[in-house]
Amino acid sequence: MGRLIRILALVSAGVLGLSACGTSTSSGKIGGTVHILGTWTGTEKDSFDAVMKPFTDQTGVKISFEATRDLDAILQTKIAAGNPPDVTGAPGVGTLIKLARAGKLVALDDKLDVSQLNANYGADWINLGKIDNKLYTLYAWAALKGLIWYDPKAFQAKGYQVPKTWDELIALQNKIKSDGGKPWCVALESKAASGWPGSDWHKEIVLSQSGTTVYDNWWQGKQKWTSPEIKQAWTTWGQILGSADSNVYGGKQYMVSTTFGDGGQGLFTSPPKCYMFNQGSFITSFFDAYTPKPTAGTDYAVFPLPDVNTANAGAHVVAGDAFVITKDTPQARALLKYLATAEAQDIWVKRGGGKIAINKQVSLSDYPDAISKSLAQVVVDTKIARYDAGDLMPSDMQAAYWAAVLKFVTDQSKLDAILAELDKTQATAYASP
Amino acid sequence: MDAMTPLTVTLPMLDVDWETLVSVNLPTLLFVIVGVPLALVGYIVGLDVLVRRLPKRSQPSVRPWVWVAPAIFFVGLILVYPMVGTVVRSFFDRRGDAFVGLGNFVRLLTDHGVLIVLRNNLLWLLLYPGLVLLFGLLLAVLSDRVKFEKPVKSLIFMPMAISFVAMAIIWQFVYYYKDPSEPQTGILNAVVVNIFHGLPITWIQDTRFNNFALIFIGVWGATGFAMVILSAALKGIPAELLEAARVDGANERTIFRRIILPLMMPTIVVVGTTMVIFALKAFDVVYVMTAGNYNTDILARRMYAELYSAGNYANASALAVILLLAVVPVLIFNLRQFRAVEARR
Repeated sequence: MGRLIRILALVSAGVLGLSACGTSTSSGKIGGTVHILGTWTGTEKDSFDAVMKPFTDQTGVKISFEATRDLDAILQTKIAAGNPPDVTGAPGVGTLIKLARAGKLVALDDKLDVSQLNANYGADWINLGKIDNKLYTLYAWAALKGLIWYDPKAFQAKGYQVPKTWDELIALQNKIKSDGGKPWCVALESKAASGWPGSDWHKEIVLSQSGTTVYDNWWQGKQKWTSPEIKQAWTTWGQILGSADSNVYGGKQYMVSTTFGDGGQGLFTSPPKCYMFNQGSFITSFFDAYTPKPTAGTDYAVFPLPDVNTANAGAHVVAGDAFVITKDTPQARALLKYLATAEAQDIWVKRGGGKIAINKQVSLSDYPDAISKSLAQVVVDTKIARYDAGDLMPSDMQAAYWAAVLKFVTDQSKLDAILAELDKTQATAYASP
Repeated sequence: MDAMTPLTVTLPMLDVDWETLVSVNLPTLLFVIVGVPLALVGYIVGLDVLVRRLPKRSQPSVRPWVWVAPAIFFVGLILVYPMVGTVVRSFFDRRGDAFVGLGNFVRLLTDHGVLIVLRNNLLWLLLYPGLVLLFGLLLAVLSDRVKFEKPVKSLIFMPMAISFVAMAIIWQFVYYYKDPSEPQTGILNAVVVNIFHGLPITWIQDTRFNNFALIFIGVWGATGFAMVILSAALKGIPAELLEAARVDGANERTIFRRIILPLMMPTIVVVGTTMVIFALKAFDVVYVMTAGNYNTDILARRMYAELYSAGNYANASALAVILLLAVVPVLIFNLRQFRAVEARR
């Protein structure tokens, strides 16, 4: 009996092997190797490997993957040394813009099937990949910013409703205060990048309050920090924080000394230290590390930051995994074509980790839990998508932006001096090649 | 290489792509392991053959130069050439196109941020060597008289083996801040709250304390080093000398002040000046703990930021020159002292 099974297994394996050969010859196995530079390690690397497996099976292209947490520096060094990877998957695009302008990236307009891309991708996601009107970057997965996390049980206990408009948000904030609670938790500590969570607050307000023209001009260095629109976004955020940071648990000292990943812990204490926490979609992986571990859906839920100005309804700051071809090979082109497919994007979506597919063919039912499903719905509903402005700025402008956040929360009355300082950096930061 | 069978060995922690490893790195490895020593031996043997052909009298004056030349070449290539390049660059604009004279220095030295940087470097310069010497000397003298000298000294020396980054992480727990309504888990704030009944302090962010908090991390790391060297100097003092002083009726304090300290002075000066250079070069602690925020920036970190994040070669090289100008006098003084100590042996 055992022998029979073994023979059957061998035969079926042979048949499968044959059929695999059959399909591959018809689709044309290209073989060879594609060298990829990325940032994924650990479980993210496992997920990336899972995404790559069907690609290798179909095309015979082997994957050589190199991970680094200092991608900008490594990539620039490799390019300068004449030894670029074939494909680079970057979490930010500031360096990519610089490289594209220096002619170090391969334009994708004639490398990808653009008509198919137009059918499967929202127009904004394609536009985000364009640098000087040429398509350089392909986004495979998105991360959302400007999400307000809350504990539905705590909201229910106090009879709080999820705010749909900015006015409702301010009203809720005041209600929480009059009930003796603290509306917000804010955590800004992040080692050398301290301050960035506050810049997320600010840029989300800029986009929603003043729209895309101001936002684009601003990250491109054509809109001054001292201009009324950018300043207004700071003062609007200041209203959220309250005078002397009185709306925030622990005040400025807690804000500057608490690591961003720990900021959500206040939601889950009893009684809650705070009721709302603004952070990107990736934060769920930090929630998972809390003790006791909160459960998605019952312990925490999420709503998007309401529109500050209804003229810009549905505007969201997004980030994403940006893929570029740094060395033009047939294998690299095949890989980018594959990453644009629903098939590829679906694999990581199903494995979780806060990844949201950009290809519209990926079904909402493929998301592993209610939270990720509702986030995917927000992405679908997004009418105006803009990439994180800080990541688009030159890195010294971004560093100054983060430092400004820390100065602002320490003393809001110094805003004018802070903005003047930012203008000074803006004047020189964009001049560098 | 085409004929080679592709091997991919998967280890639990990392994927090693042997194919790439071998095809890319093998020539480099061969070059380094075989080529470099071969070239050096060839150089020495070959030139010595040539030197031997010279008249006997001039051989002794030529041969040292033959031996020293490779070192001079590499020091020139790796140290002198970049240094001169940096000095030249500091007189040009950020793209390196136009000559701006002292413009970069004028702009930097009138910048409020840079002035804070210089103030902080001055703090580092005074406190870091001072405290390291004070603690080092104290520990060297005291541990000399305890029974368990070796384990005590090993323990105190241990932070020397830890990188500055790891040190910064460790001290983050010491300085950890929690809201006054919660129990303090950082040891320093726990002391402040439970023993002195004060309010917890954000040691890293509060501009009244943070520079001192950062400098102390550096002091903790270097005290062991100073202690070991000072202790060696202490043990080098002849016992008969101390014996004679005691017989003459000098008390311990007088012995320390009039005999031990003067005899140790050259060593103290060398350790001190080394620490001064360390203080000027300080970077890691500030980079990891605050990234220069909250008025804690120092020259080396600012230079790094100007170079790598702003790509501003003008500011970066001008700051490097300021740092160099500050180090050179200490360096010369240090070398002189070092020679003096050596000469006395």
